[in-house]
Amino acid sequence: MDNKIKEIVKQEYNAGLLSKETIDGDLATLNLGPTHPATHGIFENVLTIDGEKILDTVQTVGYIHRAFEKLAERRPYNQINTLTDRLNYCSSPINNIGWALTMEKLIGIEVPKRVDYMRVIIMELARINDHLICNSVVGVDTGALTGFTYLFQQREAIYELFEEVCGARLTTNMCRIGGFERDFSPTFYTKLDTFLKDFPKVFTEFDNLLSRNRIFMDRTIGTGPISGERALEYSFSGPNLRAAGVDYDVRVMNPYCSYEDFDFIVPVGSNGDTYDRFQVRQEEIRQSLSIIKQALAKMPEGDYKADVPEFYLPRKDDVYEKMEALIYHFKIVMGETPVPVGEVYQSVEGGNGEVGFYLISDGGRTPYRLQFRRPCFIYYQAYPEMIIGQTISDAVLTLSSMNVIAGELDA
Amino acid sequence: MGEIEVKVDQNVETINGQGFQLTMLDKAIGLARANSVWPLPFATSCCGIEFMATMGSNYDLSRFGMERMSFSPRQADLLIVAGTISKKLAPVLKKVYEQMSEPKWVIAMGACASSGGIFDTYSVLQGIDRVIPVDVYVPGCPPRPEQLIDAVIKIHDLVKHESLRRRNSSEYKEMLKTFNIDAND
Amino acid sequence: MTNSKLTNEDVFAKLKDTFAEKIGEFSAPYNLLTIEVPAADAHSIIDWLKKEATLQINYLTVLGAVHYPEDKGRELAVVYHIHSLVNNFRIRLKAYISTNNPTIATITDIYAGANWMERETFDFFGVKFNGHPNLVRILNEDSMDYFPMRKEFQLEDATREDKDDRYFGR
Repeated sequence: MDNKIKEIVKQEYNAGLLSKETIDGDLATLNLGPTHPATHGIFENVLTIDGEKILDTVQTVGYIHRAFEKLAERRPYNQINTLTDRLNYCSSPINNIGWALTMEKLIGIEVPKRVDYMRVIIMELARINDHLICNSVVGVDTGALTGFTYLFQQREAIYELFEEVCGARLTTNMCRIGGFERDFSPTFYTKLDTFLKDFPKVFTEFDNLLSRNRIFMDRTIGTGPISGERALEYSFSGPNLRAAGVDYDVRVMNPYCSYEDFDFIVPVGSNGDTYDRFQVRQEEIRQSLSIIKQALAKMPEGDYKADVPEFYLPRKDDVYEKMEALIYHFKIVMGETPVPVGEVYQSVEGGNGEVGFYLISDGGRTPYRLQFRRPCFIYYQAYPEMIIGQTISDAVLTLSSMNVIAGELDA
Repeated sequence: MGEIEVKVDQNVETINGQGFQLTMLDKAIGLARANSVWPLPFATSCCGIEFMATMGSNYDLSRFGMERMSFSPRQADLLIVAGTISKKLAPVLKKVYEQMSEPKWVIAMGACASSGGIFDTYSVLQGIDRVIPVDVYVPGCPPRPEQLIDAVIKIHDLVKHESLRRRNSSEYKEMLKTFNIDAND
Repeated sequence: MTNSKLTNEDVFAKLKDTFAEKIGEFSAPYNLLTIEVPAADAHSIIDWLKKEATLQINYLTVLGAVHYPEDKGRELAVVYHIHSLVNNFRIRLKAYISTNNPTIATITDIYAGANWMERETFDFFGVKFNGHPNLVRILNEDSMDYFPMRKEFQLEDATREDKDDRYFGR
């Protein structure tokens, strides 16, 4: 839709007049309801429409509110790992590692470089996982269903890699305070090499299908735009903000986990519309592949964990055989280890933006207060501004390109 | 097919032309229903992503006749509730279940749908069997695709062997009453 | 924080110059400048931080609250994390309010993104933000009549009857 017409519709509606295209002056209300195949997740939008044009929307969220923050006040620090999995479940290792980093910052643990590089490989794989879902679903919403099937098969390869490390596919509960449970096995490296060889070919096929496709471009360019200034007002972060033209990436601004050792580009769009968001995610997948290759090439020797027996859960066979390991295991699981008192804020670059953990500890076995800074919750409030004046199909496309994950939205 | 010439032994009776198939109506309809169950994916959270992976080409649900996902309750046979159901969403789930036409089956996929999962909190419904009757529960957080396929095969067993009179029987109507579901909707 | 163009002491000094006795003591746990501000002045301080040309602390990272039931008169702490993208500088502001009158001015006129964050804080803790365009519950059901994140309320659903607390360690 022409930008000028969108402006006119907005102005006339704001002035209390209806648009010239209204036939009999009646507006309809459409419930893009909680359970809808096109809204990938459970959110409700009650649209006020004039024909197909959207004039206003009222949002309802909270349909999957699981009380994470209250639950975190009840769980000891090691068990909160399982909660962070379920925030952005498409890229759960990033949340797990973010939580481990928060605890390491609170306690003051320095992990070996090898752990950092291992974490980087896992986080970039998780980021690829997340962006693959988002982009294939944008394809599905424009009608290109094949890309979805192809990319989901590649995601199975990433799931197998996660299984090699931690045993689970989706809710990985990976990573401990101080490092990993075990070093990467040789099978992991073999599978990773196969993945790095086979994935780019399929990805290029997917890219050729959509990136310069006339139909796709016509549908997505100009759909759901937001300017950089408005995005900053709404505290956007992640690919949505970068598509609007602001290059804020937590990995570059506040590097954690040795990200400063790696050489990568942060892709930035210009219009903040669906096409830009799609392309930013595509490029980030390529950059993630490059980071993984760099990490593999430069992987330093060392231990897969830090030497902090008071906080790091020991290996199970050590627990059965050694006395110190048994005692430490008991103390950690029962929560007898004293944790420093203080408040810390740590953020990582998740698939959707800055995932932050604000932890207040009072020295007990559970946090006093743990607040999750959830990017989806914060940028979804800008959705009405992005779709007013557009058609319903554009609204659906904007929603899927924003990659709103219900678990992160409601927590 | 027309007439077929078949050479057989002398003491075997042969039939020329078309034949009859003799079975019970229940079995024939059960077979037809089981091999073309149309699921309604009610995917709310993490289990929804594993459901999408099961639909994908590696684990392929369409070989069980579930190619067509029906998002309209009127055209669906099987309600797959994948993910946590909060108390805010429970009336919506009940309404979707009531809108489905008989016969209908329900899979509770995942620990959250079966019993509330790890979320024993004030806002989560502790299992969807508090609002709707469930046929198969799939434990796991999230369950592996193989587990979901196992559940689907169990549903197929249920569908194949279900009596045609079950949905009109008084026991079924009594059971629906315990959930406050109006059977005549 | 690496590569920050400002230091904690500089920013604290600037704040002290402009707002004098309203600014609390200097503290920087884990190198993040944390200052207590009075609830009545939080809005003007945040506004000043955004508009001040040398600081440009103009990105609201997150807004939340903490409940300290023992701290009479200062039970609820509203915590603002703000970030300067240009100077790579983060700051945390805390404003304490009492549960008898848990009101504080809204900052939705400064940051549009504070809208839902304030609604969430209201939903969980009961903090009323004066001037908020639509202060209703957002994540919990509208019929809920208590503020669940406050310490006096338990995590589990009060009406559940099938779980035996003896086996769950409560």
